[in-house]
This record gives sequence, structure tokens and C-alpha cells, in this order.
Amino acid sequence: MDIAEKLKILADSAKFDAACTSSGVDRAGGYSDGIGNAAACGICHSFASDGRCISLLKILMTNFCLYDCKYCINRRSNDVPRARFTPDEIADLTINFYRRNYIEGLFLSSGIIQSPDYTCEQIIEVLTILRVKYKFGGYIHAKAIPGASPELIEKLGILADRISVNIELPSQKSLDMLAPDKSKNSILLPMGQITKQIQQNSYDIVKYKSAPKFAPAGQSTQMIIGATPDTDFQILRLSEAMYKKYSLKRVFYSAYVPVGDSRFIPAANEKPPLLREHRLYQADWLLRFYGFTAGEILDEKHQDFNPLLDPKCNWAIHHPELFPLEVNRAPYEMLLRVPGIGVKSAQRIVAARRQAKLDYKDLKKLGVVLKRAVYFILCMGKRAEGLIVTETGMMRQLMSASVVKELEDNGYGGEQLSFFDTSPTLEDRVKCLTGEM
Amino acid sequence: MFNRRDVIYSYDGSFEGLMCCVFESFVRKEIPEAIIVGDPLQLSFSDVLEIETDSQKAMRVSRAIPLKISDFTFDTVCKMFLSCVENKDLLILEFLHKGFKYGRNIEHMLADDTVNTVNKAVFHCTHEAHLLKGFVRFSDYNGYLAAVIEPKNKVIPLLASHFTDRFRNENFLIYDKTHRMALIYFSQRTEIAENIDFELPDANAQEEYYRELWKCFYKTIGIKERYNPRCRMNLMPKRFWSNMTEMRDELGITENSANRILQKNERYN
Repeated sequence: MDIAEKLKILADSAKFDAACTSSGVDRAGGYSDGIGNAAACGICHSFASDGRCISLLKILMTNFCLYDCKYCINRRSNDVPRARFTPDEIADLTINFYRRNYIEGLFLSSGIIQSPDYTCEQIIEVLTILRVKYKFGGYIHAKAIPGASPELIEKLGILADRISVNIELPSQKSLDMLAPDKSKNSILLPMGQITKQIQQNSYDIVKYKSAPKFAPAGQSTQMIIGATPDTDFQILRLSEAMYKKYSLKRVFYSAYVPVGDSRFIPAANEKPPLLREHRLYQADWLLRFYGFTAGEILDEKHQDFNPLLDPKCNWAIHHPELFPLEVNRAPYEMLLRVPGIGVKSAQRIVAARRQAKLDYKDLKKLGVVLKRAVYFILCMGKRAEGLIVTETGMMRQLMSASVVKELEDNGYGGEQLSFFDTSPTLEDRVKCLTGEM
Repeated sequence: MFNRRDVIYSYDGSFEGLMCCVFESFVRKEIPEAIIVGDPLQLSFSDVLEIETDSQKAMRVSRAIPLKISDFTFDTVCKMFLSCVENKDLLILEFLHKGFKYGRNIEHMLADDTVNTVNKAVFHCTHEAHLLKGFVRFSDYNGYLAAVIEPKNKVIPLLASHFTDRFRNENFLIYDKTHRMALIYFSQRTEIAENIDFELPDANAQEEYYRELWKCFYKTIGIKERYNPRCRMNLMPKRFWSNMTEMRDELGITENSANRILQKNERYN
């Protein structure tokens, strides 16, 4: 089998892994006699036809697999073409793509062959060739294979910039159902080990300058959305716990694209739940950058996201007692909670209001989305001129353009829209929305 | 104190030259109507004042900026100089007038019109440079790497340190077709050349081989159930595609849809 064919098979089987970030590590200089560096901000080298960023050469070492996880395209019982790269082939591809500036580095994962330990050793071999033979200083993201021995994970962490263990499904019940060969424990064990080692390493680096860095870009994980009946609240709470307990850099959410005929999961003709994935990412950002907790975004009574509104708008309209805020005085933490004001514009407001009082015209210059923000703010004690607050009107302004369009296309244009009692048919329709990115 | 006068400054297009315009504007206590490079193309009723480049004067201004305003502001001015905004020279002058008046506070006067315009232009320039760090595509010619880009802003100086650090042991060239300038890195020495012409030679068999592999990877990695060309175009504007190995093929396929979008945009404008 030639390289092109292998590349096709093994990129195809890796495409459902969402993580393609190259951020989080600054290694200017790299190896002085080698090639490559890493930029802290991360660099996207291209964008695929689905609009997702391509920053790393994302491939599997092999798609042969011992396991039979029902959500996975590479499960043992699935009839797909199989291939396997040798470590040298992967290293050669990486270096040649990197020299042409096609990629920022390598994302290497693999199906489980022979045993978790053997698979992990093979991945380590690829990374060793790159780092030692080619003196490659670019970004490497490697998958820690659940079940591999702690010594191997440690070796992996020293060679890679980021390692990830995919939690795949949000509950033990779902795992039992769809991934009988994996247990929550076998996933959380390496995750805990990696967290510990990253912490230990941060002490070592202070003490010994030459201590090798362990996974300097941290650890991430991925969850599949929509293959099991877990609710958004469960998922979000799990993410929050993982951010706290395991200090993860990122949790990725991957809308499930049906890849089989298992009777447990959505049939192959169903569309991936892209809107839900989008809402989860929005909420994830609120957790990481906006000081929200999972309990504020959703709760026991509201287990799923409002399909019409983004989580921040949804939170804001349920807390009318906190608004409107005076932009010229409100603390930074509260500015962050105003729909239409993001981290950048909140920082700009705080800086600019020290020089001059801000009015609505100024806010627009600072990048605030006034369309949404006007309902929640005051400038110098005044509401925006000509602002009429009706529930339907406000709702229209708070919804994203694509949601509004979809509603109109479905004939909901003239209907009264309400914050609190969206009729079930409406919700169902919007849930089917796709392409809302 | 500074009056707007019906006078046009003309300078040689160099950064030093622009600094001399700033110097002259302070000496003459005036803000010109426009600042142009070289001779005026159109007949104008205003007087044209030719500003001679004097490195002494230029030095006095460019030293005063970090001293009297801030390092950050000097950095902003340097980046603004690379911008593609039409009246960038006059904007820099107005920006510096405010800077010398308000000192380092200018950094935070984000709601001020001049500061806001300058910040937006600088962002446009640095953002384009950031995108190009990813979108530059090299071809290998027997060990020498070469790439062509067509940016709107003069991004070459902003790309230099990134690429020379990354490919520190390679020899390479990045040619900016729009501004006819190039970043040349040869035997660990960096040079920025201006007013040159360059065409990429034909690729050899090995180069073609890796190009094909890359295109194959690109086509495979997209999930077709999530096809979203609009999103892709937002993140990777079409004007970059013609110089990107994997996108040249795509240009043909979606030409019609792109035209439709362009027409729609024109209507809005």
C-alpha cells in the first residue's frame, strides 16, 4: 500500500478528533541545530471544508483496533479499510509537511494493537525519531492510551507538548453501553497521573533549570455529544469538574456523526447535533473566561440549553435584578456578564473609561455588540435613545441571525416569542438546526 | 495651536521621511491637508511642500516617541506604517500630535476617533500577518524553499522573526507580490529586499509528490456531514487561496457561489 492511500485511510479515521489546537507553549528557538518552534498563540494553517481549523497533521498510527466501541468508526466489527504507518513514514511526512509550512506539528493517535503498552511504545518511537533524529521543535499532541503503564505515559509526556486522554462519553452508564472495553477508571487514571506529573514538573523546573518539561501545553480531553441520552447539564458539570480537578487546558465536544448501525445510538441518517455542540462550546467559554459556574448556566430543572438563546443571554434574562449596569462604574466581573460584551471589549471599557466617560457611540468603537448589550446597560445613567423594551422585540435582538432566519423560514415570523415558555414544537424545530456555527 | 492648512506634504516614502514630516509639522505649527509619497498625481490648488529626509530630524522624532509617549505607541506607529490604509501617513501624524499632547494616556484613549482608526488599521495589519504565518506555502527547490504571498499590508517585516526562527537552518525566500518586496534568509542571514520581481519556478517530481499528499490529507480531513463553506471563507478569506497549495483546486468549484456572495456584499455596501 502506498503512502497516499495510507494517509487517506488514517486521516479519515482521525478526523472525528476535534482537538487541533497548537497553542499553549512558547518554544522560540527550539533546537538550535534543528527545525521548528512553537508559538504560544497557536497558528491555524488551513481550514477544512467543514470550517474547522487545520493546524496539525492529524492522523492515526493505525486504525486496526482490538476494541469494539460502538460510537467509533474504527471499531473492530466495522468493515472499513485498515492501514498502518511505520514510525519512519510518519516522521518523514511530518517533517516534509512542516518544511513547506503546511502544518504546525503532529497530532498522533492510534487504534489499540496487541496491547495498550505496545501501542504506546510505538507512538513513543515516532516522537523519539522526530525529537532526536530530526531535532524537531514543532508542536506535538499525542494521545495517551488508556491502560498503558505509567512509565510509558511519563515518557510520552516528556516528548509531547500536549497529551490527551479522551473521556469519550459523559457517564459510566453510557460507557458501559457503547464502549464495553473502556471503564471510567481506566480513563481517569492516566488523566490523574498526567495532572500530577505536570504539577510536579512545574516545581522541578523551578529547582533545576535543565529538568525536561512534561507536557508543557497541558492536557485536554474530548467528549462525544449526542450519541447517548446524557443531558447538557451533566456534560457541563463534568467539564467543570475536570477543569477543576485535573486542571485541563481544554475539553473538546464532538457532535456525534453516526458511523454505524448499532441499535443503541442515533441512526446513520440523523444529522449531527451541531447547535448543541455550539451551545456547549459557548458555555465552556463562560466557564473558563467569564467566571461562570456550571450551576449558573444550567440547573436540575433546566437540564438542556435554550436552543434560541446563547447561554449568556439566557442567564442574563433570568437575572433581571442585576441589570441594567452602569458601564462607567460596573466592575470588570459584571461587565463580563453582559451579553454582547466579551473579554476583549470588557478590558477595553475598563481602560477607556479611565480617560473619558463612555457613551453608546464609544462602546460601538470598542467592539461591544450593542444589538444585544443595550438591554442590559446604562451609559452615564441613560438608556440608549429610542430603546423600546418588549419581550418579542428583545428576543429577536438577542437571538443570533441564523436562528432568526431559520424561525422565519419555518413560518414563526409573526408569532409572539417569549423568554420562558417556548412551545415544544418550536424547540424541536430549532433543535434540528444545523450549520449554526 | 495647530491649524489645518491647505498644504500637502510630499516625502520619499521611507519611515525616516515620515518622521521628518512630523518634525516639519511641529516646526510650522500646522497639520497638512494630506501627506503623499513622491509627486502629486493630480493637480491640486494646495501648495505642495517637499519634505527632505534628514536623518538628524528623523532621529529626534523617533527618539522622542518612546521617551515622551511610550514604547507601546512607538510600536503602534511602526506597525501603522506598514498598513494599507489610504491616508496612513496623515493618520500617523495626527496620532502623534495627540500622543505628544496627552503622553502615555493615549494608549487608553480607545474611544478617540484617531486612536480608534489607528488601532483598527494596526489590527488589520497584524491580523493579516498572523494569518499568513499559517497560510504561507513553501515549495522546495533542491533544498531551497520559496513562497509567494499577496497581502494587502506590508507584512514582510512582521513575518521575518517568526519564519527565520522556525526555519533557522533552511534557506528560504518569501516574496510579497503586492509590494514587490521579499524576505530572504540565506546562510542564517536575514535580508528584506525591495523593488524586486520573482516568479516561482515549476515544481520538480518530489515537490509534486508532497503537494499531492497534502491535498489528499486536506480533502480527507473535512467531515462532509458538517460541510460549511461559509465558515471556512470567514476564517480563511478567498484572497489567500490562489497562493495555497490545497486551495487552488477549490477555487474553481465554488467560483459561482463566491460570486453570488460578492454581489450580495456589494449590495450591502
